[in-house]
Amino acid sequence: MLSPRSLLIRGMLVGLAAGVLAFVFAYLVGEGPIDAAIAFEEAHSPPGEPGSVTRTVQSTVGLLTATLIYGVALGGIFSMVFAAAYGRLGRLGPRATAALVALAGFVTVAFVPWLKYPANPPATGSEDSIGRRTSLYFLLLVIALAALALAVYIGRARVGRLGLWNASILGAGAFVAVVVVAHVLLPTIEEIPEGFSPLVLWNFRLASLGTQVVVWTTLGLGLGALVERTLRREAVLTASA
Amino acid sequence: MSSISSSATPSPAVQPVAIPWRALQPWLLFGAVLAIALLYFVGTEQGVFHLIGGSGVHEFVHDGRHLLGFPCH
Repeated sequence: MLSPRSLLIRGMLVGLAAGVLAFVFAYLVGEGPIDAAIAFEEAHSPPGEPGSVTRTVQSTVGLLTATLIYGVALGGIFSMVFAAAYGRLGRLGPRATAALVALAGFVTVAFVPWLKYPANPPATGSEDSIGRRTSLYFLLLVIALAALALAVYIGRARVGRLGLWNASILGAGAFVAVVVVAHVLLPTIEEIPEGFSPLVLWNFRLASLGTQVVVWTTLGLGLGALVERTLRREAVLTASA
Repeated sequence: MSSISSSATPSPAVQPVAIPWRALQPWLLFGAVLAIALLYFVGTEQGVFHLIGGSGVHEFVHDGRHLLGFPCH
C-alpha cells in the first residue's frame, strides 16, 4: 500500500534529479544563446550599471539553484498528483501512471504556454510590458490547467458508456479545443528588437522547451521506477511473510 | 535475505489500489501551497511583485528564470 508520505519523499528525490539534469542541459544548450543575447544587448544599448551578480555566478550556481528549487517543488506536487491518479486510471500500473501524468503535466504547464508565449532570451522583452506579459502567461497557464481538469472530468463521466479508449479521446479533444480557443483569443506579444538574430531566438526557445522535456521525462520515468520497485519489494515481503 | 534476492520477483498486485481521498487531501493541499511558494520565488519574485527589496533574487536565478520559460524583463 502506497502512502502519501512515501510518495512525497520519492517525488522530491526524483525532482532533485530532474533539477540536476535540467541544469546540465540548460547549461550546455541554453547558455550559448543567453550569452549571444547579452552581447546583442550590450552592443545596442547604452551601458547600464553593472549587475550585482556576475555572469559566471548566474550561469552556474544561480542556474543550478533555480533548476534545483524548480525540480524539487515540481517533483513534490507531481508526486501528489500521481498519488491521486494511481489506482484511478483503469488498470495502469505505477510506471504507466507516472508516465501519463508526466506527459499531461508537460503538455499542460510547459508546452501549451510555450506555444503562445515562448521563453524570451535577455534583451528581447520590454521592461514596461513585464506586468502584462506575466499576467497573460499565468492566465494561459490557468486556462490550460482548467482545460486539463475539464478533460479528466469529461473522460471520467463518459468512461462507462464509451469505454476507456474513446472516453480518453473525447477528453483530450475537449482539452485541445479549449486550448486552441485560448490561443486564438489571447493577444500576441511581439517585441523582439530589430536586428536580433532569429537563430539565437530559435535556439534559445528550443533550449527552454528542451529543459522542460528533461524535467518532465525525469519526473515521469523516475517516479514510476521508484514506486514500481517499492511495490515489488512489498509484494515479496508479503509473499514471504 | 538471500531467499528474497534469489526468488523470482512477483509482479505487483494486478489491480492497483488507490489511496483514499481523505488520506490524500492534507498532503495535496500542503504540497500545492509549498510548491507554488517555491515556484513563485524562482519564477517571478522581483519581476512584477517585490516581496524582498532590490534585485538580488532576480539576478541570482536570472538564467534559470529565462530558460525555464518564465516571463522576464
